[in-house]
Amino acid sequence: MFEAIAFYLFAALTIVMFTITVMTSQALYALTAMAAGMIFISAFFFILGADFLGAIQIIVYTGAVMALYAFGMMFFDTTRNVIEKRSNPRFVVVLGGLAAVLVVFIVLAPIVTNNLEAHYPIDLAVGNTQAIGMVLFTKYLVPFELAAVMLLVAMVAGIVLAGKKMDKSLTLMAEEEIALLHASTANETTEEGVH
Amino acid sequence: MEVYLYIALFAPLVGSLFAALFGATPKTYITGIVTSGLLFTSFVSSAILLSYVMSGHTVHVELMTWMATGDLYIPFGFVVDQVSVTMMMVVTIVSTVVHVYSIGYMDHDKGFNRFFSYLSAFVFSMMVLVMSDNFAGLFIGWEGVGLCSWLLIGFWYHKESATWAANEAFIMNRIADLAMLIGIFMMYWNLGSLQYDVVFANIGNLPMHIITWIGIFLFIGAMGKSAQFPLHTWLADAMEGPTPVSALIHAATMVTAGVYLVIRANPIYDLIPEVGYFIASLGAFVAMFAATMALVNRDMKRIIAYSTLSQLGYMFVAAGLGAYWVALFHLMAHAFFKALLFLGAGNVMHAMSDELDPVKMGGLYKAMKGTAILMILASVALAGIWPLAGFFSKDKILEVAFSSEHYILWGTLWITAGLTAFYSFRLIMLAFFGEERYKNFGFHPHEAYPYMLIAMSPLAVLAVIAGWFEHDFIRLVTTLLPGYEFHTHHVEAILIAVTSLIALTGIISAILMYKKGPLDTKWENNICYKILINQYFIPKIYDEVFSKPYLKLSKLAWKEIDLKIVDATVDGIANMIYQTGEKTHTMQNGNLSSMLRWMVIGLVVLLVLAVAFTAGYNAVNLQAM
Amino acid sequence: MEITLTHYLVLSTLLFAIGLIGVMRRKNLLMLFFATEILLNSVNIGMAAISHYRGDYTGQMFAFFIIAIAASEVAVGLGLLIVWYKRTGKIDLDQMTSMRG
Repeated sequence: MFEAIAFYLFAALTIVMFTITVMTSQALYALTAMAAGMIFISAFFFILGADFLGAIQIIVYTGAVMALYAFGMMFFDTTRNVIEKRSNPRFVVVLGGLAAVLVVFIVLAPIVTNNLEAHYPIDLAVGNTQAIGMVLFTKYLVPFELAAVMLLVAMVAGIVLAGKKMDKSLTLMAEEEIALLHASTANETTEEGVH
Repeated sequence: MEVYLYIALFAPLVGSLFAALFGATPKTYITGIVTSGLLFTSFVSSAILLSYVMSGHTVHVELMTWMATGDLYIPFGFVVDQVSVTMMMVVTIVSTVVHVYSIGYMDHDKGFNRFFSYLSAFVFSMMVLVMSDNFAGLFIGWEGVGLCSWLLIGFWYHKESATWAANEAFIMNRIADLAMLIGIFMMYWNLGSLQYDVVFANIGNLPMHIITWIGIFLFIGAMGKSAQFPLHTWLADAMEGPTPVSALIHAATMVTAGVYLVIRANPIYDLIPEVGYFIASLGAFVAMFAATMALVNRDMKRIIAYSTLSQLGYMFVAAGLGAYWVALFHLMAHAFFKALLFLGAGNVMHAMSDELDPVKMGGLYKAMKGTAILMILASVALAGIWPLAGFFSKDKILEVAFSSEHYILWGTLWITAGLTAFYSFRLIMLAFFGEERYKNFGFHPHEAYPYMLIAMSPLAVLAVIAGWFEHDFIRLVTTLLPGYEFHTHHVEAILIAVTSLIALTGIISAILMYKKGPLDTKWENNICYKILINQYFIPKIYDEVFSKPYLKLSKLAWKEIDLKIVDATVDGIANMIYQTGEKTHTMQNGNLSSMLRWMVIGLVVLLVLAVAFTAGYNAVNLQAM
Repeated sequence: MEITLTHYLVLSTLLFAIGLIGVMRRKNLLMLFFATEILLNSVNIGMAAISHYRGDYTGQMFAFFIIAIAASEVAVGLGLLIVWYKRTGKIDLDQMTSMRG
C-alpha cells in the first residue's frame, strides 16, 4: 500500500514539475522545476529497488547537469522573460501524445507479452550496488570503457568550445611569453575596469 | 549453282551501295558504268540459271533465319524455279538496258550518282520479290520496290508536283499493302507457315470462305501495285519521274509485281474461280477504261502509261481465268516493247527539251530516225501484229477469254485491242509525221547519243522475236504452272483473223486521221472529250471525297485533340509535380522548431504504418492458421 | 492497489509526451535542451521499471549508460550554444534560419 501511495504521489509531482518546465515562459522557473523533477525521478528508482541508479541520478543529473544548465543560464542572461512566438499549440500537443503512445506501444509490445527471458537475473540476496558492480565490470566492461572515453572527449570539447584564448597553448610557450601575455591581459582588464 | 543465285541477287545491291558512296558528290561516270556492269553480271547469272532451270532443276537456298520466335519461322530463303527465273530474266534485261540508257539520259543532271543508287536499289528489291520463297520475303521486296519507286518518282524533289506524285504512289500502294498484310496474316494464322510449298500444299484443307478471303486480300494488294481501278491514279501521275524510271518501274517491273503475285499464288486462285472471274472482269474493265483515256491525252508519257495500265488489265484477265502461263507470257513480251516505248519517249523528250505534248511535235522522223524506227517497232508490237511479240501474247489472251465462254470479256478485250492500236499510232503520227509544228515553238531536236540507241536495240530485238519462243516457253513454265485447256481449236483461225483485223483497222484509221496533224480544236468541246481528258474526273473525286475531308480531320485532330488534350495533359502532369515542389518548399525554412515538428510528424506516420502493417500481417497469418 | 509494470509504462509514456511537446514548442534553444533531458529521463524510468518487473539487470545497465551519455551530451551542447551566443548574441530559434532550403 505504501508503494502505491508513493508511486502516485511522486508520479503526480513529476508530471506537474515537467509540465511547468515545458510550459512556463520564465527560464528560471523552468530550471528549478526541472531540478525538482530530476529528484522525484530518483525517488522512482529507489521505489523500484534500483538503489545505485537512484543515487547516480541525483549525483549526475541533479548535481552536475542541472548545475551546468544553471551556469548556462547565467551566461545567457535569461533571467528576464523569454519571449516566444507560439503557433498552433493544440496541434503540437496532439502530435506529441500520438507519437509517445506509438513509440511506447511498439517498443514495449514484446515485453508485455511475456516472451522474454532474463539475461542477467536479479538475485535479491545480493545488494543492488554490489550486483550492479559485478555485472558492469564483467559483462558490460567494453561499453563502460567506451563511455569513459566518450566523457573525456565531451569534456575536452566543452573546454575548447567555451574557453577564451584557446588558440594559444600555455604549455608550449616559454616563460617570458607567458609573462607578456599576463601583462597584456592585465592592462586590458584594468582598462575595462575603468569603464 | 547457288553462287549464281547470290550473284544475281546481290550484284544490284553492291552497285547501289557503291553509287551511294558518291551520292553527295558531283556527277561522275564511274557510278553509271559500275552499276550497269554489275547489272549485266546479274543478267548473265540469271541467264546461266535459266539454262540450268530449263534442264529441269530448281535452285533453292536458305540464306539465314530471319525470325524464329515461338511457332513463327521465317527464313531468308530464295528459290529459282521456272516462274521466278522468267521474271529474273525480264527484270535483269530491262534493268541493264535502262541503266546504260540512263548514263546518257541523266547526263546533265546534278543527281546523277544518286539516281543510279536508287535505280540499283530498286532492282535489288525487285529481285528479292521474285526470288523469295515465302510470302514474307515477297512482302519485303514488295515494300522495297514501293520505297524505291517513291524515291525515284520524287527524284526531282524540288518540284512540288513530283513529290506529290511520289507521295500519292506510296500512299496508294500502302493502302493496298494493308489488305495484302491481312491476307498474309490470315495465311499464317490458318496454316502456320508462309513458305510457298507449305502454303500451297495445305491451302486446300481450309474452309472455303477463308480461302476466298485470302485470295481477295492478296488481290487487293496486287491491285495497288498493278494500279487496277480504283487504285490507278498514281500510275499516270508517276510520270513525273525521269523517263528511265518510267521505263523500268512502270512498264516492266514494279507494276508487274501484282501479276506475279497472282501467278505465284495460282494454287490459291485455282480453288476460288469466282474471285478469279472477278479479277478477270476488273482487268477487262481497266483495259477498256485506260484505253479510252489514252485516246485523247496530250501528254506523251501519260499515253504510254495508260497503255501500260491497259495491258496490265489484259494480264489480269488471263490470270483471273486460270491461264497463268499466258499472263506470264504477256508480262514478258509487254515488258520489252513497253520499256522500248518509254525509252524512245525519253529520247523525244530530251530532243524537245522536256516538252511532252505531241501536238507541239510533228515531223520528228527527219531529225530522229533511229528513235522513230524503234518506237514504230514497239508500237506495232503493242498493237499485236504478226510476227511481233505482242501478237502471240495478246492473241492467246483473247483465245482464253473466248474459250472460257466469257464473251463479254472477249468483246471488251477485242475492242480494246483496236483502241490500243489506234492510240499508239496516234502518238506515232502526231510525234513523228506530219508537218514540223515544233518549229513554231522554237525547239531544235537532235537524236540521242548513239550508245543510248545501241542500248535500246536489244529490247527491240526481243520485242520482235520473243513471241517465236512460245512453245519453249510453255514447256518451261508449265512444269510449275498449270496448263490451260483451249476449247477453241476449230475457231482459232477465225479468232486470229478477227483480232488482227481490228488491230489493223485501228492502225490505219489512226494514220489516216492524224496524217495532217492534230484534230480540229472543235473536238475539245465535245462532252466525251471532256470526260476523257479529265480521266473521268476520278482524280478530282478522290481529291474532294478523300483528301480534303482528311485534311480537315487532321487539322481538327491537331488543334483540338493534340494541342488541347494531349499537350494539356502532359503539361498538367508536369505542372502538378512543379506545384508539389513549390508547396513543400516551405518545409525547409531553416527554422529548427518547425523542423522538429516535421520530424515528429514523420515519426508518427512511420510508426502508424509499422503498426498497421504488423497488425494486418498478423491478422492474415492468424486467419490462415 | 497493486502497482504493475503497466502503471510505470503509462507514466513513462506521459513523461515522454511531455518531453516531445516541449521539444516542439520551445523557441529558446536552452529550453529545448531541457525538454530533451525530460525525454531521456522518461526512458530511464521505463528501463528501470522493466528491469524490476522482469528480474533482469539489463534495464538498469541501459539506464546507467543513458545517464552517462546524457551528461556528455549536455556538456557538448552547452559548449556549442556558448559559441553561437558569442557569435550572434541570440539564441532564439525563429531567428536561426541560415539552413534555409
